Order: sequence, then structure tokens, then C-alpha cells
Amino acid sequence: MTENCSTSERELMKSPKVLTLASVGAVALSLGLSACGGSDNGGSGSSGGGGGGSAVKFDQGSTAVVRPSDAKGGTLRFGQSDDFDSTDPGNTYYAFSLNFSRLYSRTLMTYASKPGKEGAKFVPDLAQGPGQATDNNKTWTYKLKPGIKYEDGSAVKAADVKYAIARTFDRGILGKGPAYFPQLLIDGDKYKGPYKDKNLDHFKGVTTPDDSTVVLHFKNPFPEVDQLVGFSGQTNPVPQAKDKGAQYALHPISTGPYMWQGNYQPKKGGTLVPNPNWDASTDPNRKQLPAKITVEAGIETNEVDNRLLSGSLDIDLPGSGVQAAARQKILTDPKLKANADNPLAGFHWYIPINTKNIPNVECRKAIVFAADRDAMYRAYGGEVGGQLSTSIQPPNVDGRQKGTDAYTQSTPGYHGDVNQAKAALQKCGKPSGFSTTMVYRSDRDKEKATAEALQQAEARVGIKLNLKGYPSGTYTGEQFGSPSFVKKEDIGLGTYGWAPDWPTGYGYLQPITDGKAIVPSGNSNPEEENNPDVNKMWNQVVTVSDPAQRAQIYNQIDQKVRDDAAILPNVYAKSLLYRPTTVSNVYFHAGYGMYDYANMGVATGG
Amino acid sequence: MGKSEQLTGSAAAPEASSYTPTEYLEVRDLRIHFPTDDGLVKAVDGVSFALSEGRTLGIVGESGSGKSVSSLGIMGLYNRKNSKISGEIWLDGQEIVGASAEQVRRMRGRKMAMIFQDPLSSLNPFYTVGNQIIEAYRLHNDVTKQVAHKHAIEMLDRVGIPQPDRRVDDYPHHFSGGMRQRAMIAMALSCDPQLLIADEPTTALDVTVQAQILDLIRDLQEEFNSAVIMITHDLGVVAEVADDVLVMYGGKPVEFGDVETLFHRPEHPYTWGLMGSMPRLDRPPTERLLPIKGTPPSLINLPTGCAFHPRCAYRELNNGKSEAEVPQLVESVPGHKVACHLPHERRQQIWAEEIQPKVTEEPLASTDFEEGAP
Amino acid sequence: MIAYIVRRLIGAVVMLFVITVSVFVIFFLVPKAAGVTTDDLAARFAGKSPTPDALAEIKERFGLNDPVVVQYGKFVKALVLGDKYDTGTQIINCHAPCLGYSFRTAQPVLQQILDRAPVTFSIALGAAVLWVVGGVSVGVLSALRRGKIIDRFSMGVALAGVSLPIFFTGLVMLAYVVHKWNLLPEPDYTPLTQNPAKWAEGLLLPWIGLAFLYAALYARLTRAGMLETMNEDYIRTARAKGLPERRVITKHALRATLTPVLTIFGLDIGLLLGGAILTERTFSMKGLGQLALDGVFQSDLPVVVGVTLTAAVFIIVANLFVDILYGVVDPRVRL
Repeated sequence: MTENCSTSERELMKSPKVLTLASVGAVALSLGLSACGGSDNGGSGSSGGGGGGSAVKFDQGSTAVVRPSDAKGGTLRFGQSDDFDSTDPGNTYYAFSLNFSRLYSRTLMTYASKPGKEGAKFVPDLAQGPGQATDNNKTWTYKLKPGIKYEDGSAVKAADVKYAIARTFDRGILGKGPAYFPQLLIDGDKYKGPYKDKNLDHFKGVTTPDDSTVVLHFKNPFPEVDQLVGFSGQTNPVPQAKDKGAQYALHPISTGPYMWQGNYQPKKGGTLVPNPNWDASTDPNRKQLPAKITVEAGIETNEVDNRLLSGSLDIDLPGSGVQAAARQKILTDPKLKANADNPLAGFHWYIPINTKNIPNVECRKAIVFAADRDAMYRAYGGEVGGQLSTSIQPPNVDGRQKGTDAYTQSTPGYHGDVNQAKAALQKCGKPSGFSTTMVYRSDRDKEKATAEALQQAEARVGIKLNLKGYPSGTYTGEQFGSPSFVKKEDIGLGTYGWAPDWPTGYGYLQPITDGKAIVPSGNSNPEEENNPDVNKMWNQVVTVSDPAQRAQIYNQIDQKVRDDAAILPNVYAKSLLYRPTTVSNVYFHAGYGMYDYANMGVATGG
Repeated sequence: MGKSEQLTGSAAAPEASSYTPTEYLEVRDLRIHFPTDDGLVKAVDGVSFALSEGRTLGIVGESGSGKSVSSLGIMGLYNRKNSKISGEIWLDGQEIVGASAEQVRRMRGRKMAMIFQDPLSSLNPFYTVGNQIIEAYRLHNDVTKQVAHKHAIEMLDRVGIPQPDRRVDDYPHHFSGGMRQRAMIAMALSCDPQLLIADEPTTALDVTVQAQILDLIRDLQEEFNSAVIMITHDLGVVAEVADDVLVMYGGKPVEFGDVETLFHRPEHPYTWGLMGSMPRLDRPPTERLLPIKGTPPSLINLPTGCAFHPRCAYRELNNGKSEAEVPQLVESVPGHKVACHLPHERRQQIWAEEIQPKVTEEPLASTDFEEGAP
Repeated sequence: MIAYIVRRLIGAVVMLFVITVSVFVIFFLVPKAAGVTTDDLAARFAGKSPTPDALAEIKERFGLNDPVVVQYGKFVKALVLGDKYDTGTQIINCHAPCLGYSFRTAQPVLQQILDRAPVTFSIALGAAVLWVVGGVSVGVLSALRRGKIIDRFSMGVALAGVSLPIFFTGLVMLAYVVHKWNLLPEPDYTPLTQNPAKWAEGLLLPWIGLAFLYAALYARLTRAGMLETMNEDYIRTARAKGLPERRVITKHALRATLTPVLTIFGLDIGLLLGGAILTERTFSMKGLGQLALDGVFQSDLPVVVGVTLTAAVFIIVANLFVDILYGVVDPRVRL
């Protein structure tokens, strides 16, 4: 459901926002890469607020459109060290693939193309308006806008959307994308997809009363269908006659402002050209500015940065930030720095505290009280690397409220409260402290430094942490992500990180705090929080229709889990993105956690 | 070989070749020194001799005596960069020591040629025998490949290779040891050089082939009327082919004379030693062999005075002169030069009374002298 | 000679068989021994949090459920007889030699290899010309000027070449030649038939980088061989004939020196033709090496087996070629 930060190749494939690491996998040996979201070690110094004029400033793109322009023409050049997991919008999970696929695909809903927190909101795309929920959030109806056409001029019909959703049921042919539809729609376990069952009428999960109406039928109440149909490309219509199954990715039929010229060549690249049948008047979320968009795959990791800096590449597709070498260069050169952004990437690096191995809440509180937040913050690179966290949900989650610092503080220079920690230990019945195991990903220097900082801080109150590192490839699947392993090794806490599929409290918190989310392997709730109160709130929230009301409940859950001392907040990851002067209309998109690719232009004469 | 008749010399008139500036080859006070990290190696230190066409000079000595370096000096094959050479070498009226490397190169192969000790390693394994002969021939003669090829076959035929028209395209490894040396000779003689230097040409060959090769060299010399320098440590070889003999020790000539004089009336104690060391087929090998005591001298730190004195049984007869003064190569009788402090008469006496009885095949009349003096 | 080549070809087929078996073993048995289940393997091709049903479908589709022996049998059968591939909407015929379809991109492996082979060939052969010419001439020069400044300098450079990895020298070259001084465009492949000048321009840096690495080795090898050869008796013979020194070196010394170099060259070029992995990665060239690398990182078995097999064929052919050439160069080993 949500996103798990880990570097294993397997995990990477699954995790949209982490994919840089996947791409980097090959070269990871050469450089000590930082973790998922981005973070760094280096100075900082943001240039402060607004200010007019044309001069660009450091971090300006994090909150505003840089070089806004509607000038057409030019070639926009994308590059990446690895490749898309797929160019088929219905078969991709990488955030950057989803972001990029907006250039040639449209879905029922989509992220608003706006800088700042607005970007995390969903707005109608193919649909005329947000979904109409009936039957206690179990039936959702969308009306298609009239006049939407494919690249060949033929009309988009509701049945094509149904077919697009149906094909994601064949996990053997198209297994890489999100699996929400087979899991949530009715008959999800019976219907095997249109490749094995050619009769689409057998697919009951989606019905199309007429050519412009799409109705989704859910087994159970589900409140965030607008997000569900908007975050991925799986509701982008596919004309059944043109579907080539596993090979459709080479040239998915476009509904967006651009279309593939010939075929995309996996691991090599491809070219997008303007789609003459795209109508801007139906699509406020995309622009058709460049005359051509090229993608090159398989560029050496550091070379991607070099090309960005030298102006021969416009955008690093994965969008997770520059490598250590380029980061150093950018932060020390004011000219380069003015063309860089340092936004919150969407990840939160936090410390789950296992409620099974440390069952007494007072003992868990002692750990939280004694933690040296300042040292842990510095382990992640200080100001450029991240922001001290106050809640479990990171700031770009819709409706998230700043935390109340239950046992900890996010004020700079806060080194923990030894006295309170000792008091908590008294209450726990272990006045002289106790010892437990802390795990971390051994190939991530920042996590190691975090664990060591925590070890030192806890030692002040007599809590002895035995540190154990495991390779990131198996960490979230087989070690910290395996409750039986956690039990066997008596693991008390560990380093962890999380980013959501879509930025709501449900997307962020449900997989990491709901008791139902505890699974035997790949467990995303390693603190094994299984609080009846929390579980009850999760069961209730799905029937609440008002997003603001739901957000309220999410904040309560967030608070509750912190009260339980099941999660020690640490740092919201920040990435360092370079925005070449060759691009216009560029801004950081909160929904994708990188620049918005569907609205860029090529800057001229600059 | 090794018959006494041969020892007396048979090829040429016994008269000594006296020095005249008109000889085909004249070497005058040749010195070749190599500076090394350990000191200056005086490989050749004052060698002079002359050689006319049709004559054979045998240069004899132990390894390190300077005999091979002298010949390489004549060929210009010493390393010019790390050696110092002085003196004069006149070949067919042209001086070689002062000439440029390029001038000397042009003379090599055409005016002077050389045969080496090991015919297998001296032939390039990657090219046919014919190719290597043709290469030499065409280098000095402006002829077509076909002509050169024919010439190569003729040369192989002349040195006694059977079916030369077929063997010409064989590789060296297809040839036997003796055939390879014949091929080497064919190659050396392909351009009609007037000077042929043979450096231990038979050492690597088995005994039966040795004689054939020596015969071949002698026959060819007669045919081509060339001057031959035969470098060897084997007096038997010298006896068989040489007209004149130069004995070298420690980079210096110690005795020179025609072959008859040298074998019948040698005067230098070192020559006596060489003759004593000569293995002979007509005697049990261990008996009466007179090995030279000690080891050859270091060319960096030559013994003072006479370089041979540490090994000389007669040094005490000279009242310390041996240790103090370098003996000069002086004529003892016309055509016979010796570098020894012993008086001429004394040398003759020792030879006749002490050495000759032991090294010749004549039955020993008396054994009443001390054998192997200290 | 013919019999020899036939013998070698039979040996080559056996070798290929062994290689395919090894690749299967490495990809199935080794991970198994390390505790990776077929579920884990299938999960690598699924999206996030795959259900058991989804994993079962992937296992079924990729044949991961079959015993390794059966999978191997299917692979060989496809290779010899061809195979069919189901994209979901249509059945595609994959003619022999069918190397299968990529798990990841659903593209025919053979086509990908053929598509990328020209890139790798261009890199390897162009670099080979540079490093052989450069390495051998530097080696000869060094040997002839032994101990002189030029010898010490070039041997120092050679040592650097051998010691510095391509991803270091390559990145340095890119940083300066391409990004700082803008002397060359970013390395890129243009087919030779399309534009020879652009072909050479785009490949120049990979050539230089790769050649630097190998030239160093060849220079040292040539120098050592040359020093040894120059002491051979037949070199003295050649000089005694009156041959000019240049001729002595080019005709008599070089040939003996180059025979061992040739052996190494056969191995090197064979290996490189199968994919110059680091060079391709460093210079972002899309050749066989990158294909193999991607295949390994993504557990894309058909791609890995296909590229490995192709590489093995190149190595075997290159060695066969060198053996035959060896017979031509050195008459003593003629068969």
C-alpha cells in the first residue's frame, strides 16, 4: 500500500520513490550513497524568502515555478542511469515513471500540477469531477470529459478505462504495477484478467453504463478512490484492439500531450513528439511546450550529474537528487547552488521501537526521552539532509498537523532529557536500565551513524544498545521486516524509513501502524504496533467521506502511536535536486517528490 | 683430429706473416673497455695482428681472454654506447674503429662475415633458412628475389646440404645441428666476404660433425681465397685449420707465431698449459694432462705485472719481475712473439725438458722432473 | 589443420554446453543455497506487496516452478528448435536459435544482443587497434631505450594504466575532455555505416580509456619480450649480416616478441567482445556489457544466459583464431 524504503533490488523495483537507488545499484559500489530519499552532509544556507526579479535562488523551485513560460519549441532531454520499470502506464510503480507517463497518458484523476502543498491534492483529469461515492464508499462513479481522443484520433470510451483496469488483474503479464484493484474491487480473486478471459463482461469490478461513465465497485468501503485512480497510470484508457500485452510498453497509445515516436527501446531510450489529438482545453494539468522530448537510459550515475551541470542533459529522471560528488560541487559554488532545490522528498527516517520485545510503554518512553535528537539529525547531514521531525507523517501529507513533541523535541540542539528518561525507567521497574538490540542497514553510513548516536545517548541512562547491521538488500524483507526474526534476535529497535503511495494519512500511516498490516515477511510495521484503539480508528476512518475529517483521525492515530512510544521520530528527508537553466516552467511537485515532468519547457536564450 | 702431423701444421708456408700496412686485415693496438658498476672491464687491452687473404688466424684462449670480444670489435658488433674502443682496425684499406656505425654496418656481411657457436639459436626460428640467406644476399646485392633464391640454393648446395632446392624452404628446426651450421656458413659466405670470423664454430656440434665442418671451412677458404679468423679454446681445431696462432690471456696477446712454431716450440707458460690441457684421443684422458692451476683472472682487477703470474709455475724464476712489470710482446725469433719475462733460452729449455715430453705423444724418455710445479 | 579446427569446434560446442549449465547452476542453485526461494525470485518481477496468487502467476509464466533440469531442457530446445512466446494478446514465434524473451522487457534476447553487438564490437576493435599499436610501439621503444628517460617515463605511465581502473580514468576524461573543455561530445554510438566520422568521434573516449588500460599491459609485455629477444643469438646473426637496426627489430625481434602478446590478445579481445562491462558503464555506452550487467542486477535470466553464451562464443572464436594465427606466425607450432 505504501512505500517502503530499502535498497534491495527487489524492493527498489517496488518502491516508486526509491528508484534512484535501484538505478544506482549497479554503481553503488563506487560511492557511498546516501539512503532513499536523499540527504547529505554539507553546509546549507537557504536564500530566504521571495524577492522578485528574474534571478533564480537556491530552493526557489521547492515552492514556486521557476522561469514560468509558455514558450514552445526546443528539445527537452531526460536521462537516467537505469531505466523505467516499464513505459506501460498500467504496469509501473516507480514514482518517476508515473510522473513521466503523464506526458503520454491521462487517468480519471491526477495530481494537481501546482507547486507547494497544492501538488499533493488530486484533481479531475479524464473525469469531469471527483468520484461520486455511494453505498457507504463502496461504489464510485466517474463521468468522462467529452472529446478525449487517442493519438490516432479515435475517441476514448469508458470501456477502454474498464479494459485498462481489467488488464492489471493479470499479474503474470503485467505484474509490476500497483495491485490495489485486484485486492479491493469485487470478484478480485475470481477474475483473471482479459488475457485469460477474453469476455470483459466477466469483469464485475468495473461497469460502464454508457460510453462516458465508469463505475468502480469495491468489496469494502474505501474512502480514497480519487487518490487511488489518480496516483498510478492504471486508469489510463487502453484500446483493447491495440493492446499488445507484455509488449504494449514499447508504444502505449497516448492520450496525453505527447506520444512515442516509434517504439521505446528498453534500456536505451526513446523520443516523444507532440500528440496532435491532445486538446489542451480538456487538460489544465499538462502543457505541450517542447517540440521534442528525448529519454536516454543507461547513463553512468555520476555522468548524469556531470551532464546536468554542463548543460547537455536537462533532467535526471529518477528525481531523487544528485550524487555525493555533484552535491559537494553544488553546495560550494554559489552559481550552481542558485540552480538547486532542497525540498522535502517525502520520506521520514524514523526509529520503530518494538512493542513485543519491549512491552512496557515506560521502558519505550525512556528510550525516546534519552534520545539525542541533535546527534541523530546531524547523522543525516543536518540542514541540507533533512528536517527534524515532530510527527510520523511528513509535512507534505495532506492535512497533516505538526506534532506535539510528546516525549521528544525538535528544537535545534536538543540532546534528550536524561532525568525524564530515568523517571520512566523507574516506572518501568528497571531503574538501572536494560539492554536490547538495535539494528540498522550496514551499507548505509547515515543509519550506522544514527545507531551509534543513539547508543551513546541511551548509555547515559543505563540502556545498553547492542548494534547489529544487516545488508539493505534483505533488511526490510527478512530481518527487521520479519517479526519472527525480530523475536528470535530480541530486536528492540532499528532504523527505518517510509514514503507513501499517495500523500494522505491513510497512504502514509496505515501500513506502518495498523495491526492488520503486520505480516510474516516484508512487514512494514516492525514496531508491531497493534493497539486496539488505533486498529479501531483504522476500521472507522474508511467510511468517513470528508477528507478533512479523515485527516483529523489520521493525526489522532499519529499522536496515539507516538504516545505509545512505538515510533521515535527522527528526520524528514530532503533531497538536493539540480534544475538546469535550460528548463523553464520547473517546480518541485509534492505528489511525486520531484520536479513535475508534464509541464516543463525548454528555456530559450538563457 | 689431433694427430701429430696436424699439430705441426700443414696448410701454409710456415713463415711468419710479418706486419705490413698492406695486409687485408690489420689490427693495431686494439683496446675495448666496458665501464661497469664494479669497475672498468678491460676485455681487450692492446691486441695487434694482421691477416692476409687466403690465410687463417687462430685465436686461442680461455673464456674471458678477450678473443671473442676482439672479433666482435672487428665486426662492429660491440655495444657502442657502453664501451670504449681505441686502436685501429684496417679492413681492405678502410679503418673501422673510427668509422660510423652505418659505414661498418654496410661492410658487415659483405666484406666480413661471422659464424657463431650455436647454430640453432643463431638462426631465426621464425623464418626459413632460405629466407635468411636471401635476406643477407639481397641486402648487399641488388637482385630480384628469384635470383637471390637461386643463389641461396647454390650456397646450400655448396656447403653440402642435400636436395638444397627443397631444403631451402625449410625452417631451422627441420635441420640437424650440423646442417644448421652448414646453413650458417652458407649464409655467411653468401656475399663472398673476404674475411670470415668463426667463433667456436664446432663447439656445439658432436665430434663427428666437427671435423666435417672444419673441412668445409677450409675447403671454402681455398675456393674463395678469404681470410679466416678461427676463434677457439680448442688447440686441436687450431692445429687443423690455422696458419698463424694468437694466444690471448686476460685481454692481452701473450704469444704469436705460425702454427708449426707454436705447436713445436711454444715459449709462453700459458701456451704450455693450454697444450697440456688439450684432451687427446691417443692417450688415457687423466694421464699426464697438465691442467692450468687456478682460475682465469678478473678483467676488472688484473693481477699486477704479468697477468698470468698467479697461475705461473715459473714466476719465481724472475726475481719479482713477474709481479711488478707487465711483459711486452716481443719477438724471440723472427715471426714468433712472446710476452714473458723468462729469458728466451730458459723458455726453450723448460719446453724441451719439462713440458714437451708430457704433452707430445712421444714416449717419455725420462720422468725425473717434478710434475705440476706450484 | 582442418582436422585441428574441427576438433576445436567440437570442443567449443562442449564448452558452450558447460557454460550454459554453469549459468543455470549459478542462477538457480547458488541463490537456492543462499536461501532465496522461487517466491523471492518471482517477487523481483512483481510490484510491491505481491499476493501469493500474483507470485504463482509469475512463476508459472517464467517457468520458475519447473525443476532446473526441465528449464535447462526448454532452453536448449528453444535454442535448437525455436520457441513460442505469449505476450498475453498474441503468440509470437521465436525462431531458432531462440535465446528466449527478457523477463523484464519482454523483448527477444537475441534481438537485443544483435542490436547491441555493434556497439561492443566498435568499442573493442577500435580500442584493440589503439592499444596494440600504442602498447607494442611504446614497449619496443622502451626496450630499445632501456633505462633512459623515455623508458622510465613510459613504464611509469604503463604502471598507471595497469593500476588505474577505467571508471577512474574514464570519469576523469569525461570531466575534463567533455564537460570542462568541451573538446568532444558525450560518448555515443553512431553506426559506422551511417556516419564514420561521428562513429569515431563518439567512440574516441571509450577507445582511449580502454586502450590506455590494455596498452599499458601490452607495453610491459612487449618490453619484457623485446629485452629478452634482443639478447637472442639470432639477433646478433641478423646484425652480423649487416641488416640495418630497424630491420633487425621489425623483422627479427618483433616477431618473437609478439607471439606471446598474440595469445594474450586473443583472450582479451574475446573477453571484450562479450561486453566491455566497466567501459560501457563508465561511458554510458549501450553494449553487451551493460545488457549483461542489467540482466544480472535484475535477475533477468534469459538475458544473462544469452549474453553469457554470446560472450563464450566470442571467446572461443577469438581463441581459435589466435591458435590458427599462432601456427602462421610461429612455424614451430604448425600442426
